[in-house]
Amino acid sequence: MNDMTVFDVEKIRGDFPIFEEKIHGKRLTFLDSGASAQKPVAVLDAVQDAYRHTYANVHRGVHYLSQKSTELYEGARETVRDHLNAASVDEIIFTKSTTEAINLVANSFGQMAIGEGDEILLSYLEHHSNIVPWQLVAERVGATVKAVPIDTNGDLLRDRYEEMLTDRTKIVAITHVSNAIGTVNPVKELIAKAHSKDIPVLIDGSQAIPHMKVDVRDLDADFYVFTGHKVFAPTGIGVLFGKAELLEKMPPYQGGGDMINRVTFEKTTFATGHSKFEAGTPPIVQAIGLGAAIDYVNKIGFDQIAAHEQSLLSYATQELGKLNNIRIIGQAKQKAAIVSFTMDDIHPHDIGTIIDQAGVAVRVGHHCAQPLMDFYDVPSTVRASFALYNNKEDVDALVESIKMVQEFFR
Amino acid sequence: MEDLKDLYREIILDHSKSPRNFGKISPCTHEGHGDNPLCGDEVSLYLRLGEDETLADVGFEGKGCAISIASASMMTELVKGTSCADAKSRFQQFLTLFSDDSAQSHSDIDDRMKALIGVKQFPMRVKCATLPWHALNAALSGIKSKDDGETKDGC
Repeated sequence: MNDMTVFDVEKIRGDFPIFEEKIHGKRLTFLDSGASAQKPVAVLDAVQDAYRHTYANVHRGVHYLSQKSTELYEGARETVRDHLNAASVDEIIFTKSTTEAINLVANSFGQMAIGEGDEILLSYLEHHSNIVPWQLVAERVGATVKAVPIDTNGDLLRDRYEEMLTDRTKIVAITHVSNAIGTVNPVKELIAKAHSKDIPVLIDGSQAIPHMKVDVRDLDADFYVFTGHKVFAPTGIGVLFGKAELLEKMPPYQGGGDMINRVTFEKTTFATGHSKFEAGTPPIVQAIGLGAAIDYVNKIGFDQIAAHEQSLLSYATQELGKLNNIRIIGQAKQKAAIVSFTMDDIHPHDIGTIIDQAGVAVRVGHHCAQPLMDFYDVPSTVRASFALYNNKEDVDALVESIKMVQEFFR
Repeated sequence: MEDLKDLYREIILDHSKSPRNFGKISPCTHEGHGDNPLCGDEVSLYLRLGEDETLADVGFEGKGCAISIASASMMTELVKGTSCADAKSRFQQFLTLFSDDSAQSHSDIDDRMKALIGVKQFPMRVKCATLPWHALNAALSGIKSKDDGETKDGC
C-alpha cells in the first residue's frame, strides 16, 4: 500500500488546510495532536461528499440513498477490520468514542463476568476514561480496582504486573501508549501473561493507532478500543474491537433501534454481531470519515510515519534537554512522540498561555491522568505531542517559545 | 505580546514569586477550599475570625499558576483586617470585574483587584484569577452558618 517512496513532510502538511491559518499573526506550531489531531483534505472531502451526495440513514430504507449510505458506512467498518486485521466485521463495533467503548465493555462484560470480591487490573498509566468506568462497575458489583505501578522512567513494573494477576482478576484494562508521557507498553507480552491465567485483556489504543500499525490477532487482544479524532478522523466516532466469542456472550449495553431482532412488549430478542451493540442511528458520516482517515495514513505507511515521529521525538528531547530547569516527565524505554515536561517554578498554565502568543499549541494540565501526576508529584505538565505533519521547525518554535517564557519570568 | 504584558504585570509577577500570607495560620477558625478540576490546581484559604467579627488573620496554601497565586496573595492582603461583610462584597466586586466591562473604571475597586483585569483577554484563565476568591467565599459561608447556629467544623 505504500506508494510514497520518500516521506515528504512538507507535502503532508499541504494535505492539512489548518496549516494555512495564522495564530496571533504567527505560524501555527501545532503540538497538541495527542488531544485531537488535525484533519486532512481526504477526510474533509469524504465527510462533505457523504452529506452532499449519498446521505440517508443506514440499515433502514430500500431507497437508493439509504443503500448507498449503508454501503459506505459498512465499507468503513471493513476498512477498520482490515486495518486491525480482525477476523470478522462482526468484531468491529462503532461507538462515539474510546470512552464509550470502554464503558460498553465495563458495563456489558462487567455484568456478565465481574462480581463481588473480583478484581479489575489497570495501570498507573491510564487515562481517566480507562479508570472511572471500571470504578463505577466495581462499586456496583462490589469488586476492587487495582493499578499496576510504574518506575520513575514511566515503564510498567512487569514483575508487579504478574504478581497482581490473581485468581480474582476478571479483566485487565491497560493502555497501549500513555497519553500523558508517551510510554509504549509491551502489550503483546502483557496479554500473553494474562492469558496464561485465562484473564481477558482490553487495550486502550487511543494514542497508539495514530502512530503504529496494530494487529489485534497478532497481539491476541480480547478488546481493543480507539477513537477516530486522534487519527485524523472526525470527532464522534470510536471503535471497539472485541473477539466474537466474547461479544456473542455479552449482553447489550444500550437498547434501541437497530440492535433488535424482534420487539414485543413481553420480550425482545436482540440482533447478533456488531448490531447488538449499535443501538440507534449510528455516527454514519463520522464512520465514513474514519474510513477515509485510515486509508490516508495507510497510503503514507506506518513505517515512514513511525520513523519520522521518532526522529522528531529524539530531536525534541535533545533540544529541550539543553534548556535550563526543564524536567522531562517520562523517559520510558519505548516512547511514542509525546514529550511531557515541567519547568522549575513556572506553572504549565502560564507556559501554555505565553507560548500560545507565539503560535505554539500544547496541552497543559493533568492530561486526564491525575493518578500519574500524583505519582510524579506534579499537579500538571506541559505536553508536546507530535503527529505525522510536524517538522523540525515545530520543535525549534517550541524551544524558542520556551526560552521566551524563561525570559518573561526571569 | 502586549496582551501578555498586560496579563503578567509586574505586581502579578511579584506576588506570584513572593506570595504574601502564604501558609496555614494558627489558630484558624474557618477554612475554604477551591479547586479547578480542569487543571488540577487547588487553593485552601484559612481565616481567623476576631472577636469583633473581623478577619483577624488570613492565610492560604495551594498549587497554582502565577495568576492564581498572585490573585490569592493580593486577596489576602485586601481582606485581612476587614469585616466579613466587606470581604463578601469585595468577592462580588471581583467577579463583576470580569462580567461587567464598565466595572474596572469604578474608583472604589482596589488596584490589587484591577491588576488582574488583563486576564479578561484570556477567557480560559479567568478561573485561575477567581479560584482563590471562591475559596474565600467558601470560608466566609462557613461563618454564616455559624451565625445561623449550625455547627460547622473549623480547620
